Amino acid sequence: MLADMIQRLFERSLGDAAQSEAREGKWLPALWAEVEEMGLPLALLSEEQGGFGLAPADQGEALRLLGHLAVPLPVAETMAANRLLAEAGLPLAEGAAGLARADDLTLADGRLSGTVHRVAWGENLDCLALAVGNTLYHVPRSGWTLTEPGTALNFHPRPSLAIDWVVDASAPLPHDPLAEGATVRAFQIAGALEAALDLTLEHTATRVQFGKPLQKNQVVQHELAKLAGELACATAAADLAAEALARGDLRGVAAGSLRAREAAGNGASIATQMHGAIGFTREHPLHLFTTSLWTWRDEFGGQVFWATLLGRAAMAAGEEGYWPMVTEL
Amino acid sequence: MSAIPFPAPPADSDEVLALRGEFRAFLDKHLGHRSPRQRSDNWYGFSRDFSRAMGQAGYLGMTWPKQYGGHERSAFERYVVVEESLAYGAPVGAHWIADRQSGPSIIKFGTDEQKETILPGIAAGKLAFGIGMSEPDSGSDLAATRTKAVRDGDVYRVTGTKVWTSFAHEADYVILFCRTSGTPADRHQGTSQLLVNLKDTPGLTIKPIIDLAGQHHFNEMHFEDAAVPAKNLLGAEGDGWNQVMSELAFERSGPERFLSSIELMYQLLEALRGREDDAALAMIGRLTAQLAVLRRLSRSVAAMLQAKENAGLQAAIVKDVGAVWEQTLPDFARQLVDAEPDPRTAAAYAGVLANIVHNAPSWSLRGGTREILRGIIARGLGTR
Ligand SMILES: Cc1cc2nc3c(=O)[nH]c(=O)nc-3n(C[C@H](O)[C@H](O)[C@H](O)COP(=O)(O)OP(=O)(O)OC[C@H]3O[C@@H](n4cnc5c(N)ncnc54)[C@H](O)[C@@H]3O)c2cc1C
Repeated sequence: MLADMIQRLFERSLGDAAQSEAREGKWLPALWAEVEEMGLPLALLSEEQGGFGLAPADQGEALRLLGHLAVPLPVAETMAANRLLAEAGLPLAEGAAGLARADDLTLADGRLSGTVHRVAWGENLDCLALAVGNTLYHVPRSGWTLTEPGTALNFHPRPSLAIDWVVDASAPLPHDPLAEGATVRAFQIAGALEAALDLTLEHTATRVQFGKPLQKNQVVQHELAKLAGELACATAAADLAAEALARGDLRGVAAGSLRAREAAGNGASIATQMHGAIGFTREHPLHLFTTSLWTWRDEFGGQVFWATLLGRAAMAAGEEGYWPMVTEL
Repeated sequence: MSAIPFPAPPADSDEVLALRGEFRAFLDKHLGHRSPRQRSDNWYGFSRDFSRAMGQAGYLGMTWPKQYGGHERSAFERYVVVEESLAYGAPVGAHWIADRQSGPSIIKFGTDEQKETILPGIAAGKLAFGIGMSEPDSGSDLAATRTKAVRDGDVYRVTGTKVWTSFAHEADYVILFCRTSGTPADRHQGTSQLLVNLKDTPGLTIKPIIDLAGQHHFNEMHFEDAAVPAKNLLGAEGDGWNQVMSELAFERSGPERFLSSIELMYQLLEALRGREDDAALAMIGRLTAQLAVLRRLSRSVAAMLQAKENAGLQAAIVKDVGAVWEQTLPDFARQLVDAEPDPRTAAAYAGVLANIVHNAPSWSLRGGTREILRGIIARGLGTR
């Protein structure tokens, strides 16, 4: 149901023109208004929290769709930030929101200050769900100014924010925003990879070389099979991360997030190769997905951060404990 | 939307969790004394004693009807036993093939008499099976089979050669894929399956084929006018192709398709201990993430089997992606720890690494090669 609504909304209101404005770093206020009207920012909340009370599978599907449609707005981030704020009992966002962790911020005389690096659409947010140590803050837009501009590989803005704010909304941290963000990104990656596979199947069926569709060549078929394998892994990885997040198991979040990050790179390169030169242009939609895959795989804690976390857990488990640990993930 | 769907596996029930604990204790009791090198043999290990103990404890034929010695448990309970066996490096050779594919084929296609005489023996861990598919001129192209079985009164007279038959020298039966009419040019038509008693078939000779590591696990089976009782026909004469495809689906659907080198992972952790820098930790983390996700996909296949859905395509993906994991593990290990692998050493890491390097090439061949699997997946995507 929600999936159908999301699909219809963006198919109707998100066209090439909007995508290229977003690539110039321009905010899309009309589209955001539609997102709010549909209630998407609250989609991950339970009914008691004022949300949709969606089953985990439906939450996952909604998040995957945001990737599948290459939505150039921080919808997924806002959904995740609101879930975090709701769980902490803090006020929800009244517009778009970001989520971040920044442990080197300083708190003195009730004033929080320091820099939060590379926040998606930082200029256009209503608030930030910000973790410092074990505390979550609801930092309103008036609490920061932009310092350095930043740009993601899909050309969406990632400015750094100078926080200078007298704390008036904080609570114990319910769970880590990096884990929340990494999980959401895993779903978006799975969605974008599915779009990449769709496009690659279509392209290799219609593009004729040597008198036959590309797809009739066995090497091409085998690359498609590998791409389908990466997609299967990314989809399972996102679900695995989400289940681990719900249990508060960072090792499982790491496992799911890492495999999705890896699939993003592997899948994007197969899809691009199978498209030939057209896949390397802005004329063909594939780039919306490949550039987003390359963006998302390095956000909310990098590959090294999550891989060392899981690697440390594996070393601690050792010869005897390794397999039992794997069965818990 | 082109994704090949993998249903989310259910969380482990209390029964499944209890079974996992029980079965780990069973493995410790029976196999606790084995060395890492022995454990790394994985399914090349063949132990009648261990298989009988598995049967006695109710760990074989788990999903089969009680009437045939089975235990009517769920696909997930069987999954636990299968994955824990492999993760432990248990010597599963004397029951593996029978429990995974021969028994299920007999349940699906066999006569009442075949079911009654054979299935209880498999469930008790007393009857071992082999797979009689490949031939010198028929590998990936199974429909090119030449082995001929000609009906002669109440026997079939079988002539031809099968190769790579794992455990033919130890097992009690093979299910033989052969041609009961026509010629290899007829392809799928005219093929059948026969239950061949390996201990009692005059005219059958079994010769070892030694693999590159010097091991004897597979064989050549030569049939020279060998008489196989006609009542040993499995299923319908002429229906061999459908039946053998179904047998392959059983063969490919298990979780063993990524755990073959798991002992190396355990030994790698120990070999790294004390010198693990961030790069090493990150590599271990990445490998662990890949493994965890493979396991989830594999449990999805179990969920599909439990729901009686056709999981052929999903199983092909798990086997394809899984074989890459188990096969490339030694290369990652070699980037982290220097050791000259030695097949005869008692040192855990160097010995296990040697065994894994020797055996890894086979994992993308047996049970359908990587190329054949990718062809199956591509067909599932609608390209062929
Ligand atoms: C350890 C081990 C145990 C085995 N145990 C058994 C057993 O118990 N019983 C049994 O019956 N068999 C067994 N086999 C045999 C196994 O099933 C075959 O090796 C496999 O089916 C491939 O056949 P082949 O070796 O003849 O290779 P071929 O079919 O000749 O293939 C050689 C290469 O060509 C590729 N190739 C072939 N056809 C195509 C195509 N159309 N397109 C693209 N590439 C292609 C293959 O992928 C492979 O890379 C075992 C094999 C091994 C390694």
